[in-house]
Amino acid sequence: MSEHFDAIVVGAGPAGNSAALVMAKAGLKVLQIERGETAGAKNVQGAILYADALERLIPEFRDEAPLERHVVEQRVWLLDERSHTGAHYRSDDFNEDRPNRYTILRATFDQWFAAKVREAGALQITDTTVTELVRDEGGRVIGVETDRDGAPLYADVVVLGEGVNGLVGQRAGVRPELDPQHVALAVKETIFLSEEAVQDRFNLDGEDEGVVIEVMGSVSAGMVGTGFLYTNRESISLGVGCLLSDFQETQIPAYVLLDRMKSHPSIAPLIRDGETKEYVAHLIPEGGYDAIPNLSGDGWAIVGDAGQFVNSAHREGSNLAMTTGRLAGETVAALKREGLACNEANLKRYRHALEQSFVMKDLKKYRRLPGVLHGNKHLLTAYPRAISQAMQTFLRVDDVDKRSKERRMMSQFRAARGGWWNVFTDALKMARAWR
Amino acid sequence: MTTSHDAPKPAQRMEERLYKNRYLVDEGRPHVTLRRRAIDSDELKSLVRLCPAGCYTKVERGRVELSLDGCMECGTCRIVCQATGEIEWSYPRGGFGVAFKFG
Repeated sequence: MSEHFDAIVVGAGPAGNSAALVMAKAGLKVLQIERGETAGAKNVQGAILYADALERLIPEFRDEAPLERHVVEQRVWLLDERSHTGAHYRSDDFNEDRPNRYTILRATFDQWFAAKVREAGALQITDTTVTELVRDEGGRVIGVETDRDGAPLYADVVVLGEGVNGLVGQRAGVRPELDPQHVALAVKETIFLSEEAVQDRFNLDGEDEGVVIEVMGSVSAGMVGTGFLYTNRESISLGVGCLLSDFQETQIPAYVLLDRMKSHPSIAPLIRDGETKEYVAHLIPEGGYDAIPNLSGDGWAIVGDAGQFVNSAHREGSNLAMTTGRLAGETVAALKREGLACNEANLKRYRHALEQSFVMKDLKKYRRLPGVLHGNKHLLTAYPRAISQAMQTFLRVDDVDKRSKERRMMSQFRAARGGWWNVFTDALKMARAWR
Repeated sequence: MTTSHDAPKPAQRMEERLYKNRYLVDEGRPHVTLRRRAIDSDELKSLVRLCPAGCYTKVERGRVELSLDGCMECGTCRIVCQATGEIEWSYPRGGFGVAFKFG
């Protein structure tokens, strides 16, 4: 295979598929290379699909894609060892014709998405690991080497959608090595129950409605991290992730956190008698805006997790992957149409398009958050415990008068942070990080 | 502090946790190998606890041993030991390694 392609896309996850789809639809000659035996075989996510990003690529996806449940209820739980304090939002408005969020299983979803890319005309090869970028004498990327026998594969541009732990970009020096402070290690189980059990336990009407629970507090054992529980059609995706640098510090194995979460009195009944059919681990880029590498150069561009495109504050990733893939694909397609080279100067349009989109705006908004959480871990432990104590004082009915209860609640809360000044500065720090 | 590197007893043995996972083993071609030093670094020892698949275990005389059964290719060990140079990490050949059923 010594043919020349307009574009080679490395990886068939949401970012690579989006880029390949857009370029193939624009009539470009696209080769997509995936190391798994199928698209999705190597891919891990919670997983929530955000409809908008996909709808811009495949408007009719709801009729075809393997979706689990659309989300009608969002819960946020603050856990301490024995309790949870929750905020729930549920609305029948989410039972709309074009729901906004779905739970998905990535292995099946990515296969479907990759098939759409093939339908659009891209050539796709699986079971093939890209090992190196190939450069010309001037340093311009002109193709890739794979672990298959044969000559390098050449293209005008290589789009790297190789994921967070992708090695191609790092080996070629276009992506820096990952910093343990910039990635979370997450572990997850897919726990099977009957469809009826899922519906009964989460108060769901029918096989399509779903619930998402994001969990903070004792679930991360003092580390910067969160847990999650998502309802699929007949299974629960339950996982927990914390910064790798924090795992290094505490030396708590990730699966021990997962087991603790599963046995928490608020969570155990939800998964009781379930059968775990898969246990997975994956890294999540959490470095935010400041950890984003150079996104393009002579003959290459980076999309998705490989570019650190995750909004950890809002647990968004697949939508950023799809949007970065789409914008990179559109940039390349436009350059082709205009007869311009995919060189460093022209590919800067991709970065520019990202700056105009929600992707960079959101990541910029939260750029301080990783640092604030890293330096203020008590935010994730002291407050859940204080809130739990306050709730107990408030809810237990006994012979203590209400005014005394209020005073006790206030003093418990103040004691949890060693004084009101600390509570005030915590609030200020969070407000700044959120601004 | 050597005792801190022993992984605590989880609720479930690692083999039980992993046995439902699907793997296509590339016999004789491990994708992660150790480049031994005279003494294992603290980073390498820490993988006994940090590797989510329990691939790293401590054997006699405190040496760390690597068994790739169960590896989910997450890259944790690669990042933890990037400075020590004790781990040679590449992806399995195309098609081999873990194959997620649900992901």
